This record gives sequence, C-alpha cells and structure tokens, in this order.
Amino acid sequence: MSAPHQHQHEQENGHAAHDEHMHIVPPRIYVIVGTVLLIFTAITVWASFLELGVFNPIIALFIACVKATIVVLFFMHVKYSSRLTKLTVGAGIFTFLTLIAMTLADYFTRAWGRW
Amino acid sequence: MSDSTVAVSNAQAAHEHPEHPEHPPYQRHHFETMEQQVDATGFAMWLFLLTEIMFFGGLFTAYLIYRNWYYPAFVAGSHQLSILWGTLNTGVLITSSFTMAMGVWCAETRRKAGLVLCLVLTFLLGLAFLGIKTIEYSEKIEKHHVPGFHYSLKSFTDPDSDPEAKAYGDKPLPLDMARHTEMYFGLYFAMTGMHALHMIIGIAILSFMIVRAQAGAYTTGHITFVENFGLYWHFVDIIWIFLFPLLYLISRHG
Repeated sequence: MSAPHQHQHEQENGHAAHDEHMHIVPPRIYVIVGTVLLIFTAITVWASFLELGVFNPIIALFIACVKATIVVLFFMHVKYSSRLTKLTVGAGIFTFLTLIAMTLADYFTRAWGRW
Repeated sequence: MSDSTVAVSNAQAAHEHPEHPEHPPYQRHHFETMEQQVDATGFAMWLFLLTEIMFFGGLFTAYLIYRNWYYPAFVAGSHQLSILWGTLNTGVLITSSFTMAMGVWCAETRRKAGLVLCLVLTFLLGLAFLGIKTIEYSEKIEKHHVPGFHYSLKSFTDPDSDPEAKAYGDKPLPLDMARHTEMYFGLYFAMTGMHALHMIIGIAILSFMIVRAQAGAYTTGHITFVENFGLYWHFVDIIWIFLFPLLYLISRHG
C-alpha cells in the first residue's frame, strides 16, 4: 500500500544518507525557522519595555515557549521523527512541568492566609 | 575439551559468516537493521537530553521560588545586566543553531565542504557567545556583583551612585532586600555559568568534529554523530531561550 510512495521517496533522495527511512528537512525550512526565531527575540525585548503588569513575565515566557517549540519541532526534527521520539519528548516535558508545578504549589502556598 | 568446544564454535561462526546479511560497515552487529540502530541512538540521545532538562529544571525552579520571594531585589539585579549584550548573544546563539542545522543537512546530502563550513561557523559563533559572556562577567566582577566576601550592595542601597541603576530610576532598597540581590546574582552565575559550561563542552566536541569532517567521516552515509550533536547544540540554545527573558527582561519598563 505504501510501496509506491516509498519508492518515490527513495528516488527523491537517491544519494541521501541512511536509506529511505530518513526524512531530510530542506534548508528553506531552516532559513524560515531561524528568521522567525530572531523576529521573536526582537518581539520579546520590545514587549519587556511595555508596562503590562503581571502580563510582562507571562508574555515573555509564552514567547520563550513558542521559540523552544519551534526549535524542538524543526531544528531537532521532532515533527518528522518516529512516534517513539515524539512520545519520549512529550513524556519528558510532562514530567518536567509536573515537578515544577508541584514544587511551586508547595512554596507559593506556605504562608497561605497569613498575609 | 573446552579447546575443542571453542574450535567447534569458531568453525561454526566462520561458516555462518558468509550467510550474514549484507549491511553497511557502520551498522553494529547487535542491530538487525540500520533503521533500528538510528532509532535506538536517537532515543538514547533524547533520554540524555531529558536528564539535562531535569538538571536545569532544578535551577529554574530555584529561580522561580526566590524571584517570588524577593521580587524587588530581582528587578534591581536584572537592571544591572546589559540588554544590548543579552539580545546580541541571543541572536548569536540562534544563528549558531541555524548553521548547525544546515550542517546536519550537508551531512545528510553528503556535502563535505558545506559540512566543514557549517561546523566552523557554528564553532566561531559559539566562541563569540562565550566572548560576549566574558565581557558581561568582567563588568560584574568590576562592580563587585559576584556573590561572596567582596559583594557590594552600593548599587542597590544607593542607586544614584550607579549609572545602570540610575538609568532605570531605581529607588534605594532597604538593607534586608538589597542583600537578597546576592541571591539573584548567585542564580545568574549558576545558570549562565552552567549554560556556558555546556557551550564549552559543545565547542570542544565541534573542534573534534571539524577535523573528522575534513577527513570525510560524516559524509559517507553515517551521520549519527553529527545528528545527535545537533540535538545537543539545539538543546543548549533552548536553555538560553528561557534564561534570556528570565534573567535580563524582568521589569525593564519604568
């Protein structure tokens, strides 16, 4: 069923490394991703000079998360990787966020009601 | 008797070897296919990176807790950092990630000269990052903002004496809060120092890879080393993507 597709893929990357199971991300994608990352860097610096109260750190962290996601998906090829890799990355981020959330929930509520 | 057993098994091995299926020279014998080997090494690299995320996660958590407790000290501390150097370094690091990604593409498509060029550019941009970091660190040393016996509170209890603090119109901090700026700089040096150590290790590996790439090591179809080093380099980039707003961009507005 997938044989014709695979055959075509092999021909496209005739001289490619590793054989047909490897997806090669074209340089065009890398140029776009690099430019977007630089633009987001400029935006986050600009946003830090605005008076937005509690939203200043939220916006800064949101932009950082977007940049990190772009790096993971394209520079680190996770978008084109096996389901095992996707699951590994997802499980790692989930565990990391759980640990941070539980630790902060403890520290931020220790003086609850005493201020 | 044991000798003869060995002899027999050797003979069997020698007999079996011609029937061994064809595979590339770089495929290890404990993998059935090249695809399995590539998947296994990629999986292992990601597991390593997850342990790194947990390691830096401890530092980020410490930062968030102390920032929550001593927010005015963190604002005054971050005003001491140069936003120009910080932004420039972010640009340098993102560009180095781009050249590294291009290096992986060159290896995948067997472009040896391109691969060497990309690795050299990544190497130089990594050095540029560390150079800018050195300038920033030396400013902190000169102003006695390195935690320790010689730590000075002058910029925070008397902000008018300090050009950076004055530029932001910082109000003098009470002594107990001013002392907590030492915690901000402690976290600043721990986090950026650990990040810089990762850069130094990466640059050392890059110099090794440049020599190997010139010998044609990564352009024969076996690119696992380049690919997994790329993952490491991008991971170090991601850490900086979070360090930059957290350390440099706290309350830059009036």
